[in-house]
Amino acid sequence: MNSTYGIVAVLAVAIGTALVGTYGLRISRTTSDFFVASRTVSPWWNASAIGGEYLSAASFVGIAGLIFAHGPDMLWFPVGYTAGYLVLLALVAAPLRRSGAYTLPDFAEARFGSPAVRAVASVLALGIGWLYLLPQLQGAGLTLHTLTGAPDWVGALLVAAVVTANVTSGGMRSVTFVQAFQYWLKVTAITVPVVFLVMAWHAHGARDLTAPELPVFPRETVVTFDADTVVHVDEPVVFGGTGVVDGRAVTGSTALAVGDHTIAAGSRLLAPAGAAVPRVSSIPHNTNETWAMPLRGGESFPLYAVYSLIIATFLGTMGLPHVIVRFYTNPNGRAARRTTLIVLALLGFFYLMPPIYGALGRLYAPELLMTGDTDAVVLVLPSRVVDGLGGHLLGALVAGGAFAAFLSTSSGLMVSLAGVLSRDVLRLRGIRGFRVASVPAVLVPLGMTWLVGKVPVADMVGLAFAVAASSLCPLLVLGIWSTRISTVGAVAGMLAGGVPALVAGLVTISAGGGNVFLARPAAWTAPLGFVVMYAVSLLTPRRVPAGVNHVMVRLHAPENLGLRSQDRR
Amino acid sequence: MSGMWTAGAVLLAGLAVVITLWRTSRARDDFLTQEQRITFETLHTAWSAAPPLRAGLVPDAAKKSARHLRTLLGTPALALTDETEVVAWEGVGEHHAADAMRLAADVFATGRTRAFDIACDAPDCPVHRAVLAPLTVEGRVVGVLAAYARESSAGLVRATNEVARWASGQLELAELDRSRTRLVEAEVRALRAQISPHFIYNSLSAIASYVRTNPERARTLLLDFADFTRYSFRRAGDFTTLAEELRSIDQYLALERARFGERLQVTLQIAPEVLPVTVPFLCLQPLVENAVRHGMEGKVGPGHISILAADAGEEAHITIEDDGIGMDPEALRRTLAGQVDETAGIGLGNIDERLRRCYGDDYGLVVETAQGLGTKISVRVPKYQAGVHA
Repeated sequence: MNSTYGIVAVLAVAIGTALVGTYGLRISRTTSDFFVASRTVSPWWNASAIGGEYLSAASFVGIAGLIFAHGPDMLWFPVGYTAGYLVLLALVAAPLRRSGAYTLPDFAEARFGSPAVRAVASVLALGIGWLYLLPQLQGAGLTLHTLTGAPDWVGALLVAAVVTANVTSGGMRSVTFVQAFQYWLKVTAITVPVVFLVMAWHAHGARDLTAPELPVFPRETVVTFDADTVVHVDEPVVFGGTGVVDGRAVTGSTALAVGDHTIAAGSRLLAPAGAAVPRVSSIPHNTNETWAMPLRGGESFPLYAVYSLIIATFLGTMGLPHVIVRFYTNPNGRAARRTTLIVLALLGFFYLMPPIYGALGRLYAPELLMTGDTDAVVLVLPSRVVDGLGGHLLGALVAGGAFAAFLSTSSGLMVSLAGVLSRDVLRLRGIRGFRVASVPAVLVPLGMTWLVGKVPVADMVGLAFAVAASSLCPLLVLGIWSTRISTVGAVAGMLAGGVPALVAGLVTISAGGGNVFLARPAAWTAPLGFVVMYAVSLLTPRRVPAGVNHVMVRLHAPENLGLRSQDRR
Repeated sequence: MSGMWTAGAVLLAGLAVVITLWRTSRARDDFLTQEQRITFETLHTAWSAAPPLRAGLVPDAAKKSARHLRTLLGTPALALTDETEVVAWEGVGEHHAADAMRLAADVFATGRTRAFDIACDAPDCPVHRAVLAPLTVEGRVVGVLAAYARESSAGLVRATNEVARWASGQLELAELDRSRTRLVEAEVRALRAQISPHFIYNSLSAIASYVRTNPERARTLLLDFADFTRYSFRRAGDFTTLAEELRSIDQYLALERARFGERLQVTLQIAPEVLPVTVPFLCLQPLVENAVRHGMEGKVGPGHISILAADAGEEAHITIEDDGIGMDPEALRRTLAGQVDETAGIGLGNIDERLRRCYGDDYGLVVETAQGLGTKISVRVPKYQAGVHA
């Protein structure tokens, strides 16, 4: 694969982001259009900004990879990411906006008036943010590796450096217009290649995507292994090339019988055209027909996994540290609702694309099933399907879009994390505290990238959602809709839901996703969080914060009733 | 499944640490002698009753303090009243509460501690005697502390009297707190909405000059003037949003432009993200007025003013800058220190104090100035502060 175009695209995005961040703010306005400048952001801009910040590595490369490997069950990822906004809108958005809280710890303090609740919420927000930042860095590493063969840490370091520089230099931060631009960049980068991919697929005769046969190598393909890999062969196949198979060095024709085989790192095997593709042992045995059926994705409890995924993504969105801030940019509740509606449309449109990559990947890049690098399917597909320069340019476009995804999501997260760190942990306020805090905010996930096993990007993001759905979601939903929640109950509920989810997440990340109850914990941790929070609150009625009714009036009464001025202490 | 066990083990270990710490903190009582323990317990009970008393004689708080006061006296029941009704009854025999105000009338009249016999039909009711002691604030009886017991003794009367005196002290402190708050509020109310008479005069003259030549402009300016004054004189509310404050500044500048014309140049750079941030009411408009005054005073050429509001993570940073005659740093220091000095800026000291009172001493005004070199005033406002709402 010709990597020059891709590198140019990635660097252009990185440098462009840095430049816009540094110079974008310098455009000043003069007297004549005085109030145009201070007009609030229109719902369209704001919705684009939310989309720009929200569409992360998981959305851009991860979902396609999971659909490619596991089939339509994984469509719940994009559905859930989008529907999470609907839940946020219905249950949380307006009261949260009225509370005046800019971060989740702020909300905890505004609602409960307790430093303990605030502290626990801060720690959880940090944990979730780091868990979410990690796959962004991992995705960046994967992208650069796929483009150039550079080690994984190069891409992670590049993203970390650009984002840290941007945030500390006072540039990007959460500037609405930059993030809005990122959304349209990402949509373009993922949509334009889709048009060409589908056209090429038609030109090649529109081969059936759901035929009752195993995926086959469309042409003679060199399969390169970066790590020791256990593959399962379903139909005997004869490989060329060199490598180490089952502990034996092989050169030239190697017949692999049905069964498991270990292929050592560094092997380069030459697969003949038309042969059935062996699969990594973690990917289920699937013909293209069974792949297209629900609940056949090879999980041990498929229905549990699906429901767990639904709970995590529907409820987790509201608990992500960088999501709620955007709603403050809306001038009023009406604009906030319109914004959310537009967000749903924008996200919905974007998420039409990854499944197409996943499905076409079965035809054109099936060797990824053999190496296990399924997250790379979006990146390699354009140059596989479209020949020549066009393919390279499309590949470069996708790579640039992917980097935009990593950079924009990481920036939003970094801003939130640095805010929580500087205020609640380092206790340094002001711009200096913010700068100091941005260093640990990025170093921790950068360090964690070394611990990570081979977990798909989207699954890792799913874990961050699961922790959010189990801890901060109960705090928000019960805190807003029940007057009976006590401070003790709030802390107990957040810990009871959040700690198991967090531990399950860390175990999954370090050991690889084996156990479905640990890899998708939300279905048991989220109810646990809710139940414990409510039950403990009922048991400790004396710890219900004083003045809860005042807070409730402020959260729920419309702004223009004038009730809010009366609750001042 | 090993992950589950790890998770469980971590949770159990954490729980064990918490319980151990809790137990150690409870165990310290054992080192006290008998006398020390009694002193400690009495003072601790008294101290527990103090914070609710500081809220005054209101039902919720009185209920809490009554519990501790009853522990101090060791009586089966205790009641607190204000001047009209019983605000808290702690202990048994609550059916006597209805009668308490009748007994208290005598105490309100004389201001002395009195003991009463109480007839009771209930066979197991332990309340036969009541000792009522006045709660006085600044020499006036504001309530009654009533201790109910099976039989009264000289000791009970004296103890009740002492507890009532101690509680009166706390109520006086509460009164002090309230008057201090009222003073602060009055100060803010008096100072915050000072529209300069010069400004009203200048604006109206400028509008008058447009009435014939450009009636449409005159009409717009009058509407701006009306909106501006309505905002400045508005309802009680100590906070507003940055967007509203900027709208008021816009109206103010429109009026000033009518007077100065092209000479007044304004640059504005506002990050839309900070518009919903809550700021103290009228904390920026006087700064802009100050900038206009200093920027245009004694000048023939144009004066330039720039207003910047930027998003800075947890805070919003607002800067107001002019290129005028500047201020004398020494005079400014005196103004900010609270000494009134007519020449050094309008209400700077007031704004500085209000910002500090809302957000703490880290958030005062920062003024960079020297005579002849212009003035730059920076305001930092945290986006979220507990208890601060628009």
